[in-house]
Amino acid sequence: MEQYRGKSVSPNIAIGRIWFYEKESCQIKKREISNAALEWKRYEDARAVAKLQLQELIRKVKNEVGEIDAEIFDVHELLMEDADYNDYIRRMIEEEHVGAEYAVHAAGDYYAEMFAAMDNEYFRARSADIRDISQRLAGILTDQGKKIQQGEEPVIIVATDLMPSETVQMDRAKVLAFVTEKGSVNSHVAILARTMNIPALTAVKVRREWNGRIGIVDGSSGILYVDPDLPTLERMRRYKNREKKAAMELQKLKGMETVTQDGRQIRLYANIGNVADAEDALFQDAEGIGLFRSEFLYLEKNSLPTEEEQFESYRKVAEKMKGKRVIIRTMDIGADKQAPYLGLEKEENPAMGYRAIRICLEQQEIFRTQLRAIYRASVYGTVAVMFPMIISVEEVQEIKRQIETVKKELQSEQIPFRDIETGIMIETPAAALISDELAKEVDFFSIGTNDLSQYTLAVDRQNPRLERFFDPYHPAVLRMIRMTVENGHRGGCWVGICGELAADLTLTEEFVKMGVDELSVTPAMILPVREAVRSISVS
Amino acid sequence: MKRVVGKRSKYMAEFQYVITDAVGLHARPAGQLVRLVKESDCAVTVEKGNRVADAGRLMSLLGLGVKKGDEVTVTADSLEMLELLKDFFYRNL
Repeated sequence: MEQYRGKSVSPNIAIGRIWFYEKESCQIKKREISNAALEWKRYEDARAVAKLQLQELIRKVKNEVGEIDAEIFDVHELLMEDADYNDYIRRMIEEEHVGAEYAVHAAGDYYAEMFAAMDNEYFRARSADIRDISQRLAGILTDQGKKIQQGEEPVIIVATDLMPSETVQMDRAKVLAFVTEKGSVNSHVAILARTMNIPALTAVKVRREWNGRIGIVDGSSGILYVDPDLPTLERMRRYKNREKKAAMELQKLKGMETVTQDGRQIRLYANIGNVADAEDALFQDAEGIGLFRSEFLYLEKNSLPTEEEQFESYRKVAEKMKGKRVIIRTMDIGADKQAPYLGLEKEENPAMGYRAIRICLEQQEIFRTQLRAIYRASVYGTVAVMFPMIISVEEVQEIKRQIETVKKELQSEQIPFRDIETGIMIETPAAALISDELAKEVDFFSIGTNDLSQYTLAVDRQNPRLERFFDPYHPAVLRMIRMTVENGHRGGCWVGICGELAADLTLTEEFVKMGVDELSVTPAMILPVREAVRSISVS
Repeated sequence: MKRVVGKRSKYMAEFQYVITDAVGLHARPAGQLVRLVKESDCAVTVEKGNRVADAGRLMSLLGLGVKKGDEVTVTADSLEMLELLKDFFYRNL
């Protein structure tokens, strides 16, 4: 038995066969050819196959993830048809008499290097796209198709690194766990694993020899066992069964109310980051969406999302939720989350920098486009909007003026919309302290505990050396939460919590007793929190 | 001397345009431009500084690395096409 320690990015236990996923599985040999016309024909056939694969991929991604991710593959299709790229390959075949796969490989290298040498980050990043299409073509030509060939058996996927384009192709039903060498807690794989409720480890030095062997991924302790011995296997099976039983118990809570022993109802909502997450939220029986992070629209693209693109995403979620409340948070990006096209300067202290509502109030075009999209989507369900990083009453008033302008515009264009609830995030100490004033301006508050804690304690969450100083249970933070709830209620607002603390089961009772009206948590935590609420008696 | 790729006719017309799109002439609009040019059967070039790209070739266009604020010269061998191109640049870039 071998044991490896990694960093757990998603809990639970998985037991199964390891599948070592390799990116560059195809070996390219330089072959001399005699019939160039035949070789060119082989290339053209491969290109046709690749085109079909890409179209299939675009369809799949559009359905499962969203339009915007699909755009990457649209670009792949265009690059593959490019005259320069094709000329290069033809020249290699006709003049150098090499096999098509080698020609494709060489063309890929040539253009990837050309892009890699450019001085602009956007264009540099395109070199990965060129390599991707060349690998796809070479894979088809050598019959070692890069099309992910997952067997029938569900497996533990082990890889050095996984790209979004790779994870979206995997059959989710046949993935037991992810183990990667690279990637962080916030990588695509980590987020996917958490929404799928399966374990995932990163920072494990992975080895090809594990392929086909039995493995256990323990997401709670961060350990990967390869070829586990019988006692370990039995122990882990017991844990897993216990987990499973607990999970089955939780399943019984589906369809039940989130209500305390003495009848106080709590709204239990889900935090989501894109359209596909709404499915998970519904599956876990969320009563609404308490935080729809709109950032994905801005971060996964190379340019600002258009009103139409945004509208489509908001409408889809509103429709999926069938009348349940969907709270859309306007974009919360800034110097720490990269959106290169915004041209934001690198800041010394990005957490306190030019971000979120501050960008919106400075660059009003961006803000208005988003507001228009949100208001247009309002007729497709119960939509609400909230604004991040608020510190003053004036900001809220300015936002409200913008909303009025947008509504007038829509009216004059005869575009239907509804009046929707507006709310703000309470995530700065300033907002918490003046929450009595702020309550007069809006319909609801949503407390963002992650930022509220870091700003209150002046402890940087990103710095691992500060971990021991970061105490989210600090009485100062809890007092601010209590104060916000009380001020909100006095001013006629309902108050929710959407930060990580909302899912902290050790605090559920305290929050409910404080009078919190809504808890918004990651979909996987909906049922555990419901269980906790149902065991509480307020009086 | 500028190197012009593509057929040249006696009616070459051009216009200058400063890119306002935040990412510049990136893959999507560049791809749309290539399609537009291919459908037209006209010779169209895009120049930035002393470099010229055939607008019917995506890699060449992207290879120019046109960023926000860059001025480009767009040339076409048909006036009708030039109008279409102007419209395209104003709307997308």
